[in-house]
Amino acid sequence: MIRDITLGQYYSVDSVIHKLDPRVKLVFTILYIVSLYVGSGVWCYVYAAAFLGLVIILSKVPVKFMVKGLRSILFLLVLSACFNLFLVDGNVLVKFWIIRITDNGLRTASKMVIRMVFLIMGSSLMTLTTTPNDLTDGLEKGLGFLKVIRVPVHEIGMMMSIALRFIPILIEEVNKIMKAQMARGADFETGGLIKKAKAMVPLLIPLFISAFRRASDLALAMEARCYHGGEGCTKLHPLQYHTRDYVAYVILILYLVSMILLGKLLG
Amino acid sequence: MQLTLKSVSYVYNSDAVEPRYAVKDVSFTLNKGEFVGLIGHTGSGKSTLVQFLDGLLKPTSGQVLCDGEDIFEKGYPLRELRKKVGLVFQYPEHQLFESDILKDVCFGPKNMGCSQEEQLERAKKAIALVGLDESYYTKSPFDLSGGEKRRVAIAGILAMGPDILVLDEPTAGLDPAGRDEILDQVERLNKEEGIGVVLVSHSMEDVAERTDRILVMSGGVLQYDDTPRNVFRHREELAALGLDIPQVTDICHTLRDKGFDIPEDILTVAEAKEEILKVLKKS
Repeated sequence: MIRDITLGQYYSVDSVIHKLDPRVKLVFTILYIVSLYVGSGVWCYVYAAAFLGLVIILSKVPVKFMVKGLRSILFLLVLSACFNLFLVDGNVLVKFWIIRITDNGLRTASKMVIRMVFLIMGSSLMTLTTTPNDLTDGLEKGLGFLKVIRVPVHEIGMMMSIALRFIPILIEEVNKIMKAQMARGADFETGGLIKKAKAMVPLLIPLFISAFRRASDLALAMEARCYHGGEGCTKLHPLQYHTRDYVAYVILILYLVSMILLGKLLG
Repeated sequence: MQLTLKSVSYVYNSDAVEPRYAVKDVSFTLNKGEFVGLIGHTGSGKSTLVQFLDGLLKPTSGQVLCDGEDIFEKGYPLRELRKKVGLVFQYPEHQLFESDILKDVCFGPKNMGCSQEEQLERAKKAIALVGLDESYYTKSPFDLSGGEKRRVAIAGILAMGPDILVLDEPTAGLDPAGRDEILDQVERLNKEEGIGVVLVSHSMEDVAERTDRILVMSGGVLQYDDTPRNVFRHREELAALGLDIPQVTDICHTLRDKGFDIPEDILTVAEAKEEILKVLKKS
């Protein structure tokens, strides 16, 4: 189950999308999410799907890999779909015992599911094609203007990159500890909610301890390399826009504008 | 009990163009009470292999048989198997979680469904087996030294009363004194309690003197399955696999190459001394 979370994992392959400046991809993610909300209606979603599909094809990340990431939010999806499906008022389509499905409910539920699926796929596409380091570099530089109002942009960027970097390590750690406790007869699968929660104790305590240990080791290693925050710190690979990045921006803006127009025309 | 691996393979990225074999077509049988050394380079598939023995990892192909029964057959009681095969992972001290040592060692027996008294009895026996005394019972596992933590973790497995104890590099990261202590204790468990042992290591020295049988893994393939003496006859072949032979065996090989009449299957310093003295007396 834990292995299925693709959010925050980098898929290493050489593609146009991978080469783009991380700032472009950040803007892409935000604009894409916005585009999902400006237009509604079947054709807008088809358009959004086609655009996302094109980007996925360009990124050379296997679709299977992306769909796997969805599995982890399946529960959330089903839950919110059910809420909308059964609780939204409108013209009743199906009535069965206390359950009734309305046309509005159906519409909201499917809209919700489509948006969420695209949202997750769009943002996991960003993390799949951008190394955590690039991503935080992009964030730091892209949000650098916030320094004026005393937002610790560098520190936030550093924390994010460390957090992202440690996701796969901690996942591996969870698997290892899980196996070790299973070898001692621990059972993580059967039983009710309370029993399952109790079964997590032998997993979580060693995990926290190891996270703290890693944190203190890392802090020591950073200090040993004279890390003292972002002040006066230069980059090994400073971010620079290339032609392809400008092209990507233009495409993005065209996409958003056409989406708004499409929404207006059909809505 | 008897554990048999029947041409097991494990593939990473099975859907990739070039599948990578972690373990490829490995077969062997572990008999009761045997002391087996499993040797190989880093990444040779040792750690993957030991997880099959405990049913924690399902091989991509092949069978794992416990007393003739396929352990991955539907409905096979894997938890029963895990009682019989105790697997101690690398750095097992990272799995400790309870507030005191006695409770932590009780975790295994508790999961087996033992009564409170039996849990304590088993735990106390296991703690004694790894050479720790009663004063440790109430200590926190996080206040111990590295070697002590590891012994507590091994006790946690021993408390389940395994027939076969599988140790994945139990001496990694320990100083020489701690290493010898752990290995001596494992050897004693084998000799006195009759527990079968699989000792995973990449140190030839560790296994040469103690084991009855050595399995050599290389690139996921089982290269040798023989007695230590026979395995270490293959000095050149092992060197090609990136593995050393014990230093004393190496010296004897060299002396033999120089024309001294010393057998090539020497494993211990004591044996080497005898043989060298014999040669000296003759000359």
